[in-house]
Amino acid sequence: MSDRLPGFSTLAVHAGAQPDPTTGARATPIYQTTSFVFNDADHAASLFGLQAFGNIYTRIGNPTNAVLEERVAALEGGTAALAVASGHAAQVVVLQQLMQPGDEFIAARKLYGGSINQFTHAFKSFGWNVVWADPDDISSFERAVTPRTKAIFIESIANPAGSITDIEAISTVARKAGVPLIVDNTLASPYLIRPIDHGADIVVHSLTKFLGGHGNSLGGIIVDAGTFDWSTGGKYPMLSEPRPEYHGIKLQETFGNFAFAIACRVLGLRDLGPALSPFNAFMILTGIETLPLRMQKQCDNAKAVAEFLAGHSAVASVSYAGLPSDKYHQLARKYAPKGAGAVFTFSLKGGYDAGVSLVSKLQLFSHLANVGDTRSLVIHPASTTHSQLDDAAKIKSGAGPDVVRLSIGIEDKEDLIADLEQALGA
Amino acid sequence: MNHDAYPDNYIRGILNSVKSIAMVGASPVNVRPSYFAFKYLAQRGYDMIPVNPGHVGKELLGKPFVASLSDIGRPIDMIDIFRNSSHILPVVEEALTLDPLPKVIWMQLGARDDVAAAKAESVGIKVVMNRCPKIEYGRLSSEISWMGVNSRTLSSKRAPAPTQGMRLSLNRMSVGGGDTAASDRAAKNKSEQS
Repeated sequence: MSDRLPGFSTLAVHAGAQPDPTTGARATPIYQTTSFVFNDADHAASLFGLQAFGNIYTRIGNPTNAVLEERVAALEGGTAALAVASGHAAQVVVLQQLMQPGDEFIAARKLYGGSINQFTHAFKSFGWNVVWADPDDISSFERAVTPRTKAIFIESIANPAGSITDIEAISTVARKAGVPLIVDNTLASPYLIRPIDHGADIVVHSLTKFLGGHGNSLGGIIVDAGTFDWSTGGKYPMLSEPRPEYHGIKLQETFGNFAFAIACRVLGLRDLGPALSPFNAFMILTGIETLPLRMQKQCDNAKAVAEFLAGHSAVASVSYAGLPSDKYHQLARKYAPKGAGAVFTFSLKGGYDAGVSLVSKLQLFSHLANVGDTRSLVIHPASTTHSQLDDAAKIKSGAGPDVVRLSIGIEDKEDLIADLEQALGA
Repeated sequence: MNHDAYPDNYIRGILNSVKSIAMVGASPVNVRPSYFAFKYLAQRGYDMIPVNPGHVGKELLGKPFVASLSDIGRPIDMIDIFRNSSHILPVVEEALTLDPLPKVIWMQLGARDDVAAAKAESVGIKVVMNRCPKIEYGRLSSEISWMGVNSRTLSSKRAPAPTQGMRLSLNRMSVGGGDTAASDRAAKNKSEQS
């Protein structure tokens, strides 16, 4: 039994999974069941009271989902994780543990458009107030802190333009304010960036994207870094105070450095209900086994495509942090030395109409609202993912009317470039 | 011993070798962490002795409470202390008067007293601080993985199908010594501040 640290690719295949004790099945079985029998009344009471490890009901936990949870926790360097039905569900469950009505959280202005909508509108009706800050101006986060601030939320690689966020600088602001830093690591995946190594306290993902990687299954996950002390100042009563739902258990006292993940499970998932299907967990787990291979190929392809576009006469500009001329190139070299991701934007000299024309002429790129597929994807954010933002907010979030977003897949890069060339040139 | 980050082999060695555990501060209240840990360790086959002067004359899961370590009246392998850091030292000093000495003194999650630890280590007692034996047993056996916890162990072997009350193998390959790097750092920063 030597203590050694296996590499990322080994963890991507093995972490959380071992042959099934009952059948010897080597692939993780799909435990497609709602419920699990108890040994006896005492066993049932122990499980419901959180005294024993085990399964009760798939809305609280499921063995297939548990393999996925441990695997992503291991890849991110966290203490524990909780899988849920979607990335959006992950965000609701995380903030439910932190926010009371009237509280505030600070969010980077450059985010996935769906997150901007969720934070601005849906959360408003819960009394959770988002305060926007500019990830290119760290002092805007400092200025946004008030006594009601409960968290800071950023994306490691920000949608849609693939800009790189200075996680360490913002984690310093969070630590000074005494609030956890939540990082949405969807576009980077832990293969490119591990936010916990840079000061994140909580990491969330849409598993639907690069982790699952095949565009076939929705999912989301919450990773607890085990770094935040929830007991100070009574700011986080879901974790520090006796919980009436569980006869007075204090979660941090009982579960230590994975108490946040447990809170998300037993207070969030149990009561809000966005459980992940075990079938989806299986599909995503299978995807994660090849994450290192796919992500590297997608980054390499993206760089080649970005270089081609930067040299094309119809293209006004390319926003890809992997290009040496890009504004975020130094941050990319620091945070994502293996590659700057596979999602980026470019703008066309012909403006909105040229964007629409390009999308219609592409033969390999699929026009749809997703990223992180094996297939290359294209979208015009201003008319789709970011369409519910006003024009000023569109430009601020990097989704102006002339902007086209690409998500590069694992095809041969020569074919992707040829497809863009015919669509731009004709 | 570096008490900021324990190698898995250190914890594994302790949990594989001790048989009797006296739990100081064991509570009969079934939502207290000490009750959770007592019950779990008893189910995994450890010989558990509840120590709490406030409950003498009563039993915890069939085991009679004793008032103090010196009242146990037989050798014990490990003392598991469920008290705040400020109450650790007197318990350790009492433990050092036992004959034979215990092999291990374990302080629960959140409890740490480096002076008391140094005293115990100076007479050859192994010390663990700010950890829970239930969590560590669940982690090294990977049973805790049911709750999405990162066990930081790997295995390609088929485990026996678990039955009620059985001992589980703790001999899986460890991914890294001690806790995750980030949580270790956070715990260290916290202990330096206080």
